[in-house]
Amino acid sequence: MSTEIKELKYSTFKTNIKYSVINTKVHNVDGIAKVTGRAQYTFDIKLPGMLYGKILRSPHPHARIINIDTTRAMELPGVKAVVTGKDTLGIKQGIWRRYEELCDEQILPLEKVRYIGEPVAAVAAVTEEIAEQALDLIDVEYEVLPAVFEPLDAIKKDAPVIHEGVERNVNVTRHIEWGDVDEAFAEAEKNGGYIREDWFRCSGQHHMCMETRAAVSSYTPEGKLTVWASTQSAYYTQALIAGVLGMREGDVRVIATYVGGGFGGKFELDAAMFCSAVLSKKLCKPVKIVFTREEDMIASKRRTPMYYYVRTAMSRDGQLLARESRMFSNGGAYTGMGATALYLSGFFHSFPYKWKAYRYDGYRVYTNTMPSTSMRGFGAPQAMFCSEQQIEWMCADLGLDPYEVRRKNAHTECYEVPGQAFIQSCGMTECIDKIEQWAKSKGDLGPNRAIGISSCGFMSGGIFNWFDSPYSFSSAVVTINIDGTVELHVGCQDIGQGSNTTMAIIAAETLGVKVEDIKVHSGDTDHCPADLGAWGSRQTLMAGNAVKMACEDAKRQLLEFAYAEMGLNIVYDLDIKDRWVHVIARPERGMKYEDLVRKAIRAKDGQRIVGRGYYTPHRKGMISPAYSYMMQAVDAEIDPETGKIKVHEIMTAHDCGQPINPLGLVGQLEGAASMALGYAYLEDLPMDEGKLLNPNLVDYKVIRAPEMPKTGMIDIETYEAEGPYGAKEAGEGLTNPTAAALGNAIFHALGIQMKELPLTPERILRALREKKEKEANK
Amino acid sequence: MEKRALKLSVNGQEYEVFIHPKTLLVEVIRDHLGFTGTKRGCETVSCGACTVLVNGASVKSCSVLAVQVEGMEVTTVEGLEQDGKLSPIQKAFLDNGSYQCGFCTPGMLMSATAFLKENEGREVTEHEIREGIEGNICRCTGYNSIVRAIDAVAKGTYKEE
Ligand code: FES
Ligand code: FES
Repeated sequence: MSTEIKELKYSTFKTNIKYSVINTKVHNVDGIAKVTGRAQYTFDIKLPGMLYGKILRSPHPHARIINIDTTRAMELPGVKAVVTGKDTLGIKQGIWRRYEELCDEQILPLEKVRYIGEPVAAVAAVTEEIAEQALDLIDVEYEVLPAVFEPLDAIKKDAPVIHEGVERNVNVTRHIEWGDVDEAFAEAEKNGGYIREDWFRCSGQHHMCMETRAAVSSYTPEGKLTVWASTQSAYYTQALIAGVLGMREGDVRVIATYVGGGFGGKFELDAAMFCSAVLSKKLCKPVKIVFTREEDMIASKRRTPMYYYVRTAMSRDGQLLARESRMFSNGGAYTGMGATALYLSGFFHSFPYKWKAYRYDGYRVYTNTMPSTSMRGFGAPQAMFCSEQQIEWMCADLGLDPYEVRRKNAHTECYEVPGQAFIQSCGMTECIDKIEQWAKSKGDLGPNRAIGISSCGFMSGGIFNWFDSPYSFSSAVVTINIDGTVELHVGCQDIGQGSNTTMAIIAAETLGVKVEDIKVHSGDTDHCPADLGAWGSRQTLMAGNAVKMACEDAKRQLLEFAYAEMGLNIVYDLDIKDRWVHVIARPERGMKYEDLVRKAIRAKDGQRIVGRGYYTPHRKGMISPAYSYMMQAVDAEIDPETGKIKVHEIMTAHDCGQPINPLGLVGQLEGAASMALGYAYLEDLPMDEGKLLNPNLVDYKVIRAPEMPKTGMIDIETYEAEGPYGAKEAGEGLTNPTAAALGNAIFHALGIQMKELPLTPERILRALREKKEKEANK
Repeated sequence: MEKRALKLSVNGQEYEVFIHPKTLLVEVIRDHLGFTGTKRGCETVSCGACTVLVNGASVKSCSVLAVQVEGMEVTTVEGLEQDGKLSPIQKAFLDNGSYQCGFCTPGMLMSATAFLKENEGREVTEHEIREGIEGNICRCTGYNSIVRAIDAVAKGTYKEE
């Protein structure tokens, strides 16, 4: 494989192309719908004769289901159906469809419950209140089993068995290695290099989408099912629902026009979708299920908590020599997307440095807690928290300049991560330079205040196909109407990140029209091509490439006609810009785009112009076709009396290739910063015997407007040959550096090393106490 | 408790609904009258997604009973535009990209509208703006674009049409 990627060493370059639409400030194409309250979310759907569903959940973290008696519930007036696992096909499902053993979740389990909050039965009734009352009338007999909650306990020999036949509760393992790690460490030791090892504990985090999980399912006697779903991938939802109901994919339509946030938590099949579909199929009536905030918090998914052991060797002059890391993640009860997070965490733990020898062993361990999964950054924020702090401490231990050390080891363009990935564009060094300048320009910040830095990178979509999609990863169809207006059908999913707008910009640029000429159709499996959806920061590059290709196809058809119509010498090139079709060498010579379209359609025997495009990465290594890079600096002040943190400013130097939508880019930066800051010092999911202690927005704190700091961005422009117009990801990666950078700010402000997330006042005070004790003992 | 009739005015229009006295204002707005612009994001009066104006003041509509606003003037996000013309704060949200998924946006716009009205004619600080929307959670934007939008309106960048 490594020879294969070597053939693809394009050198990257910066372009001086003037774009008409790309990187100009445009309104979000869904903006007016959103600011006027017209946007209809699944939460808002109401259908004639619609019933309301509620889910009965397990109070036990681990128990055998002996019997479920639904008689009393069924007798309650207004109740239309009660379903349990016995009313389903009992299919074990999972998003890693290629691997049967990782499809381990029956959403209404037949035999066992494995976490508190796991669904055991669902009711449909004429009102939500009646459905709720009916839950109390369902009698479930459990045999309570011993449970285990932490991965380091669950992996022990005598731990309770959570899934039959899974030894030591190890759900998935992942090994990544290149170079000779043992030899590199031995060599380092021999040559007087510096070796340091640390243990870290990274917490979970809830996605906390403002729209909780919600679905409306409507099965009709034709044998067709329509599901309005709050999902990050209409196609995944369609395929997964069809699978568990034993239906054909084409008989299931999923609609997800507006989605109230996703952040990695909404692309698996959830209980709202599944239970509403089962109930609707049974009753031939529409059924709506909306999770309460508490249900969403105890029984959806969460960012994966991780324990990291990190051992690193560095030469005395700051060369990174070798790393070996072991990671144990709290997988919770089921696999979900956790297997991907396990891999990506280990891979990005190496970023953005050129390790000659690197080894990662990841163990995802089942426990009797809510399953963990992907969340914005996909395992990388945890990995960076450990890696970037340890490197900072090592620099301090050796008296080295942390900027210089990072620069020395940083990825550069056309670098191959041995056997793993090929980096084309890379602005890492420039990011470091810019942040160094910025930080130094701030001068002395006073006591208890410092700037902490972290560098990192992220993928522009994953290459892996664990879902086993038979379709292209992204597809687009563009249709040009007689008046020149454009229908753009895409499968990519807008969950607020603005992909509809990004696609409209790419289409407008390619076709040479204006954004308002493009109508984007997305989030409907009946009308849009299949696409893997919104995860892994993939859509700008992958769906963007599909849209560009579709529009180039349509444009070529138009220009072929224009050549003939204008009777041009074949050496001339034509283009369309701002609705003007013209000879590139003589822009004044041309015709109106609308006139051309009208004529071209007539020439095609009245057929509208249709262009098709698709994208599937090939020969791009094992991870991603392209990588973003960044360095972030967090300016923070900590009160040593209270341990309270005040973040003054976050500055990020960011290489996302060619920015497409500047307003959207700023939004991603600021949104990621607030979510990542929450992860760094506020958000946590403490549990007692598997029971979540803060299942509401009073006790679970998120960043609110007053504590959100000033944010700034330095744009490092590179050109990514694999991306549409040179673009790379800009969504998830920005979540990666913040916890590490804040940890490093605390280190420089107070001289303490924080190895556990979140960075709470209690932990800071404890570390300060320990530091004092140590100094006193000296 | 018996159901009863209730008169209230929403977005300038009189309505009469027949409700259980324990019905929340948000339920009347969304479920009885069909103004689904107003959202709900919690059960603990923590998120602000349900914010509306009652007689011009911002109120979390999940925190009051509908009968408590009898005879009062309620404004929801649907009432911000006049005959298809967007209000200044709506325009400022568009220009500043102050929304992403849009689920918090209706509540955020109502809090912003109330804040701007309360502070009409005086200069507001950035900190005051932030406190003005403290009760509204946005998981997507990181708030700063919302603060910029409110600031722009406060500074008179947008004129009422
Ligand atoms: S719904 Fe959350 S505050 Fe009203
Ligand atoms: S825009 Fe999504 S929660 Fe605010």
